[in-house]
Amino acid sequence: MASVELTTRTRRVSRTRRGEPAESGGYRPRHRAGRTRERSLGRDAWDELRRNPLFIVSAAVIVLLVLIAAFPGLFTTLDPTRCDLNFSRQAPSAGAWFGYDVQGCDIYARTIYGARASILVGVLTTTAVVLIGGVIGAVAGFVGGWVDATLSRLLEIFFGVPLLLGGILLLAAFPSDTDTPWWLTLTKVVLALSVLGWPAVARIMRSTVLAVKYADYVVAARGLGARMGRILWRHVLPNAVAPVIVYATIALGVFIVAEAVLSYLGIGLQPPIVSWGVDISNATEYVRQSPHLLIFPGAFLSLTVLAFIMLGDAVRDALDPKLR
Amino acid sequence: MGRYVARRLLQMIPVVLGTTFVIYTMVWALPANPFQGKCGTRPCPERYVAAMTEKYNLNDNLLVQYGKYLGSLVQGDFGTTFSGVPVLDELVRTYPVTVRLAFLAIVIQVVIGMAAGVLAALRRGGFADSLVLVSTLAVISIPVFVIGHLMQLTLGINWGIFPVTARGADPSWYSLVMPAMVLASTSLAYVARLMRATLVENLRADYVRTATAKGLPRARVVGVHTVRNSLIPVITFLGVDFGALLGGAIVTEGIFGIGGVGGLIFRSINLQEGAVVTGAVTVLVLIFLLVNLLVDLLYAALDPRIRYG
Amino acid sequence: MALAESLPSARPADETPLLEVEDLHVEFRTRDGVANAVNGVSYSVNEGETLAVLGESGSGKSVTAQAIMGIVDSPPGFVTGGAVRYRGQDLLAMRDEEHRAFRGRSIAMIFQDALSSLNPVFTVGWQIGEMFRIHEGLSRKESKARAIELMERVRIPAAKERVNDYPHEFSGGMRQRIMIAMAIALDPDVLIADEPTTALDVTVQAQIMGLLADLQRESRMGLILITHDLGVVADVADKISVMYAGRIMEHAAVREVYARPAHPYTLGLLASIPRVDLKGRELASIKGLPPNLMHIPEGCEFNPRCEFAQQVCRDVRPPLNPVAGGRYSACHFAQKVLDGSTWGAVP
Repeated sequence: MASVELTTRTRRVSRTRRGEPAESGGYRPRHRAGRTRERSLGRDAWDELRRNPLFIVSAAVIVLLVLIAAFPGLFTTLDPTRCDLNFSRQAPSAGAWFGYDVQGCDIYARTIYGARASILVGVLTTTAVVLIGGVIGAVAGFVGGWVDATLSRLLEIFFGVPLLLGGILLLAAFPSDTDTPWWLTLTKVVLALSVLGWPAVARIMRSTVLAVKYADYVVAARGLGARMGRILWRHVLPNAVAPVIVYATIALGVFIVAEAVLSYLGIGLQPPIVSWGVDISNATEYVRQSPHLLIFPGAFLSLTVLAFIMLGDAVRDALDPKLR
Repeated sequence: MGRYVARRLLQMIPVVLGTTFVIYTMVWALPANPFQGKCGTRPCPERYVAAMTEKYNLNDNLLVQYGKYLGSLVQGDFGTTFSGVPVLDELVRTYPVTVRLAFLAIVIQVVIGMAAGVLAALRRGGFADSLVLVSTLAVISIPVFVIGHLMQLTLGINWGIFPVTARGADPSWYSLVMPAMVLASTSLAYVARLMRATLVENLRADYVRTATAKGLPRARVVGVHTVRNSLIPVITFLGVDFGALLGGAIVTEGIFGIGGVGGLIFRSINLQEGAVVTGAVTVLVLIFLLVNLLVDLLYAALDPRIRYG
Repeated sequence: MALAESLPSARPADETPLLEVEDLHVEFRTRDGVANAVNGVSYSVNEGETLAVLGESGSGKSVTAQAIMGIVDSPPGFVTGGAVRYRGQDLLAMRDEEHRAFRGRSIAMIFQDALSSLNPVFTVGWQIGEMFRIHEGLSRKESKARAIELMERVRIPAAKERVNDYPHEFSGGMRQRIMIAMAIALDPDVLIADEPTTALDVTVQAQIMGLLADLQRESRMGLILITHDLGVVADVADKISVMYAGRIMEHAAVREVYARPAHPYTLGLLASIPRVDLKGRELASIKGLPPNLMHIPEGCEFNPRCEFAQQVCRDVRPPLNPVAGGRYSACHFAQKVLDGSTWGAVP
């Protein structure tokens, strides 16, 4: 999976604190005494995010997309699978904003319904990956010893299989076709991507846990008799949340693209599931004569990915301690 | 340094074994019917099943199976197609084209990506910087197959600058340029952004201040001192990204009709030739692991701090 | 050499100081406002002389030094006024290319954190040798030999073996020596040391300061020592300039400052040094915090924290006036301080 080191870092300049009394000399402590550290980080990040135009725009787009995915009926009354060959490949018009595809299906309707597949795969895969990878990474880091050694080797092994290649491998070994129930195909795709995507999260989680485990305040807590579970919950997890969130938002975009590629290749989601990847694949034969077949699903797919990348950037800028 | 190399090589062995084992298990051992998928969703011909069961020792237990599979891998036996052609032969026939394509793509990605990144970093906040940031964001968002078809349509069909396809056993370098650009596109964008970010960070570093205070010309401070430090994360990224490149090659070769390994996989997926797909993908995964090893070594050559770790 | 000669405006016509900073102004323009980092700073240093520039973080001492070298981060920093004269030539009036000719060759600078100030991916020999390769066109072999010589001069043991090592393979004190070696490579006339020992422990501190003193004696270079540590100053410096909020508060010869300071800020700094004979008593400190450089107080910059502050201090900014004996102080009540008022509340 491609590295997520891209950035649109805008220069963060130190902010003045509002309402400084002149007598004190002008400096006010950043966090008011009495607040625990984790709340301050989240609160500060949220404040910063709210003011970032990139975040607002991308979040708005994503909310819109989720709405489209959840309630496609709000956006179109047409049935994407009801197709009439008489309309095959007709250009966009007042009646059909995006025109018709090869089979005579309304492209606008298909694009709207196609959002569901992409968002669903993206969200499910990311959730699975965060859970699996998070648990494995946390256990490896916290327990240490031979458990860590074994899990780390496992991590390296799975890390060695690139996302797309592994996905092709798995889905070619467990193929689906148009007769397979939609939920089974969906599960296969999600599982295939999850199996290959968890190492990245595990690695982040493990290194955070390791970093925190030896921190003074954790050692102190253990010395005071705090149980492992409590330490994990109160101290370790809050620290790990930030890098995992940053990774998850960008990974969502990556998984959506991966699903689209797999569907494009024909081994991902199958008809009658409406998927942008499948639509694009069908469009390629007639790209010269009817580019609108490619443009609309392609544009929607790209915009979705763009929104997640921008969101990821904004979230990272807000949570990155180095830029504070 | 020698010790580091030896250690990395030794570390590779369990990973290679583990990865091939995992792949093997996923493909041959997990499904209730191991031939599910080898022939697509149709049931396989009886003859094929019998021959393959014999060949792959599927009646033995898992570890023995795997051992014999490894043995045959080492001997270069990756299975056969339905028509009986050894997968290895297919691979040997097709890999030269893919090597050429990948080479071109890497050159494009490295040269243009780094140049764009350096330019953007040096003119930070200016027009060039914004241009690079916006265009890379756009390229990253548009998936490789969409870019591929769009470029094929515009540069190939409509404007005729490049050949639309690059078929045959020995396509010309020129005909591979457009496919290489498509293949390199996403990675190029990432490289440019990463280079820019790293360089910007390094330009603020203390050692840059020292180098300037030494009276060195600006060109040298940036070109020698900062770039050398900035290469490190970029090289690391290239290693990890190589896996995505291999995956992208499958799609790109499919779009442009290129007769390389990617095209082989592409067609085999469509023909549901499971053995070819698994064999070829296994080879690609092994190559990916090898490339990562080389990148690790290169990283050690560039960054003296990790050599003795 | 008489003290009077080395202070600004008391300069005899026929002797120009080696390096002179005159009424320097530097500001930083940020999205949230303009920070006035340096507001009219003047000092000078002569051959063989050590000037200590003393101040807290945010006093502008490092920025002044960067302006001398021409390495102020710009944007957001801008030099908005003043001159920096090296042997009479104003460096600030030159284009950067001309200014560069002096960097490293005539005026050199060393920094606080040697680990981050040295390039981690090149050997120390390569980095030291770079001075010769670039400035004097020597070959790699020759510059490496010269690098070894320099490393020996700054007392790095086994220089010949260690010339191919990387910065991270040296200890903190050794790294600082390497920086010093790089700086004195071309025999500069002026060396600016920006907090050279702050990151080191005390014994190493003493070694480095001793090295600097020896090198200065050998080469008669002018040394500008920037620090916040009064302890370091006493042994090494000839004269001292105390900075606060971007301005000079006091100029004096070192011995005189310790005996009788002429500014409340200096008085406060001296009083806050822990002393063995005051064991058991509460540590004295200057109340309050350094000012936000975007909102420097009206009148005297120090007035919010000053024990002696009166209304005039809040209204009128005291200029740097001469005080008895060739010293300067920016305080309305300098004479009072000089005469021996004590700091701190009456018990």
